Amino acid sequence: MTATLSTCPDCTEVVPAAGDVRVASITVCPGCQAELEVISVDPVEYALAPDIEEDFGE
Amino acid sequence: MSLAVLTTRTRLEERLIFAALERRGVPYVQVDDRTLVHHLGARGVPRYHRVLNRIMSHTRGLYATRLFEAAGLQVFNPSHVVETCGDKILTSLALTRAGIPTPRTVVAITPDAAIEAIEQVGYPAVIKPAVGSWGRLLSKVNDRDAAETLIEHKQSLRSPVHNVFYVQEYVDKPGRDLRVIVIGGEPVAAVYRRSDHWITNTARGATTSVCPLTPELAALAVRAATAVGGGMLAVDLLERATGELLVTEVNHTMEFHGLAAATDVDVADLIVTHALTAVERAA
Repeated sequence: MTATLSTCPDCTEVVPAAGDVRVASITVCPGCQAELEVISVDPVEYALAPDIEEDFGE
Repeated sequence: MSLAVLTTRTRLEERLIFAALERRGVPYVQVDDRTLVHHLGARGVPRYHRVLNRIMSHTRGLYATRLFEAAGLQVFNPSHVVETCGDKILTSLALTRAGIPTPRTVVAITPDAAIEAIEQVGYPAVIKPAVGSWGRLLSKVNDRDAAETLIEHKQSLRSPVHNVFYVQEYVDKPGRDLRVIVIGGEPVAAVYRRSDHWITNTARGATTSVCPLTPELAALAVRAATAVGGGMLAVDLLERATGELLVTEVNHTMEFHGLAAATDVDVADLIVTHALTAVERAA
């Protein structure tokens, strides 16, 4: 599993991702704690994760 | 046989499902619900044969299920199960109809009648949104002052769904609830969910541990799953101080990260088996 690096779109902190990361995975920026969504994997790119909506979950 | 897996996010559960599919060499495509566009009635060759719904939104999940079913595809869980399980009032009606023990439940469909519903249940009462999850907006109301305040606050949320009041007795459970996974009519695993807070939801920090799947617990969970239409379901239960088991809800797009950490049962693999082999009967 190779770690790859990209940056948080909010604070520009480097956010490591596992080599087998998938699109639509969610991670937390180690710099600003923002929830980030993986929007591409080659290279890894992040966007701010969409808000949880009222009818999400189980 | 190819499978579409509808997703909103790729969580641990979805990663485990994809891993199970890849181990079996089953072709699948992950379909992000934000990309779905359906032309109603359009003819064409379906790109996949079956659909596994892992959409996180109840509204989106129900519509997506209906749209794929209308195109002739089998969707798991099917729309009639999603509809029943995604609405606590419909779930309670199904459970009550089947004679399954649940907490005493009273529904009022206007704020005007809410105080009467709450006082029929008695204090403390628990008020839950009919559609909602992860323990959000659950309220434990201890007296009439709190009830009146809550009713006023819910009216200020404006949405009509918040002006429907689903009220249950507060069950003084022993710091835990129980979750039983039922897949295709078979109880496959059970866990306790423990918390110091009265809301014992893993999304709210509850921890999970293995629960013995006793014949009584297994039978009740299967009855509850059957009552809402069957499929792949997580049945949540409470215990009264007397030990009596009560079914509180049945979840149709189950999260199992807590269970995966607590047991050796490969729920993702069982879900894949069900999605590939189950035969859905008409509702």
